[in-house]
Amino acid sequence: MTEYAILLYANRDDLVGDGDGTEREEHDRYSEEMQEGGTMIAAFALESYETATSIRAGGITDGPFIEAKEVVLGFYVIEATDLDAALTEARRNPIIHQGGGVEVRPVEGFVVRPTSTE
Amino acid sequence: MENEARRAVADTYQREWARVLAATIRTARDLDLAEEAVQDAFAEALTTWERDGVPKNPGAWLTTAAKRRALDSLRRASTYRMKLQLLVEPEHREGDDAELVTADTGGGDVVADDTMRLVFMCCHPSLSSEAQMALTLRLVCGMTTTDIARCFLVSESTMSARLTRAKKKISIARIPFQVPGPADLPGRLGAVLGVIYLLFTIGHTAPTGEELMKKETVGEALRLALLLHELVPERAEVDGLLALLLVNDARQASRLSVDGRSQRISEQDRSAWDHAAILEARELIAGHVQAEHPDQYTLQASIALLHAEAPTYDEVDWREIVRLYDQLLLAWPSPVVQLNRAVALAKTRGPQAALDVVVGLEDDGQLNRYQYLPAVKAYLLDQLGRSDEAHAARTRAFELAANEVERDFILRQND
Repeated sequence: MTEYAILLYANRDDLVGDGDGTEREEHDRYSEEMQEGGTMIAAFALESYETATSIRAGGITDGPFIEAKEVVLGFYVIEATDLDAALTEARRNPIIHQGGGVEVRPVEGFVVRPTSTE
Repeated sequence: MENEARRAVADTYQREWARVLAATIRTARDLDLAEEAVQDAFAEALTTWERDGVPKNPGAWLTTAAKRRALDSLRRASTYRMKLQLLVEPEHREGDDAELVTADTGGGDVVADDTMRLVFMCCHPSLSSEAQMALTLRLVCGMTTTDIARCFLVSESTMSARLTRAKKKISIARIPFQVPGPADLPGRLGAVLGVIYLLFTIGHTAPTGEELMKKETVGEALRLALLLHELVPERAEVDGLLALLLVNDARQASRLSVDGRSQRISEQDRSAWDHAAILEARELIAGHVQAEHPDQYTLQASIALLHAEAPTYDEVDWREIVRLYDQLLLAWPSPVVQLNRAVALAKTRGPQAALDVVVGLEDDGQLNRYQYLPAVKAYLLDQLGRSDEAHAARTRAFELAANEVERDFILRQND
């Protein structure tokens, strides 16, 4: 098994969740399915790109690191036998028919510290 | 003895490279390791066959030797092996050890299947189309990096880096060594068809060297097209590509004269063509050619068939050929197609109209390293009686051509 990170992208002018909430619901459902199926190892939904701060050698600037039309909304890590299996899983992501897309990248390694309870 | 062994090794390399490698990948589950094991096995063959004679089934001998070497390396590096990114296992693993022992029996189907796996792995959509083609040429055809670089008109170091990157991606992202399931297959066909077509083109006119055709590469392309046709029956592009390969293969025997010189289609002996294969090709595309927008392979097969079915060169239906080229340009807007169309245009609207097209393509610059552009230009200039300019164009074609037979053909025209 290999871990794959799936990064969610969407057009910053057309962000998921702005509507009546049905788009968000689709994501929740998809996430639950992956948790029940044991495919998903970890998931991180990020706050709006407007809350991002970037650091370069030249200093600190506001906003996302790459000035592009699309921004990262979040990412999750799944376990899959091979790239085809990972792509099959990733293709089910609702973001794809919501005007965005995903990027699938093999994970080289990761560490997760249990979240503090206090 | 020494020469016989050498010849047998070279011959097996051309015919069996893909099959030996594909089978070894199964065992090694690592591309670099498999490639290295296969190369070592060929080196081993050279000394062993010189000493003991050429085995009955050289391909099986090499497969066994390569697998053994791969297994040895894996055992030697057993601790490292834990960290090794192994390629994804194909479904049938149980038979592997048995296969190692009984490799001499051949086992055609399974092996052919492995080659198809290799092709689909090389053509995975997560690889760029340049990488797909380069990988296929390297892994499926065993072509050297130098020759591949020449096909793509890039430097050897660029090609070498491209291949390394692609192989790394296969291993790290775990691109599977398998034929995709029915759900994914249709979306994957385009790249595979493109690569089989490229194999055929390269085999048909080997980019470098002394032989005009690399029969083994053409044979491999045809074999893959047949296999794909079995895998995905009644799909226009698949039928079209198979038909195209069959027609061209049917004419193979007469492309060279007895003394090994290149012959124009107008000079070829039509009775030597394989008319049964031509008929089979016609039947393959019969249901697809009337479609509103036929695919590029069906169209190319139709064009090739019009040439093949004409009783004599003078009876070729050039108007229909120009019409098919017009359709082909919609499916495949390529300057190479425009150049081919220009040749047909010379027959229907005269050499000047065709030359105008060729000069336009020349100004466009995309084909400025393509030897057939100045060759066609020379052919048209000759018809217009502009022999000095024709001579200059032919010299340019000669400079660009790297295949000895083609160089000889161009040279004879300038004598």
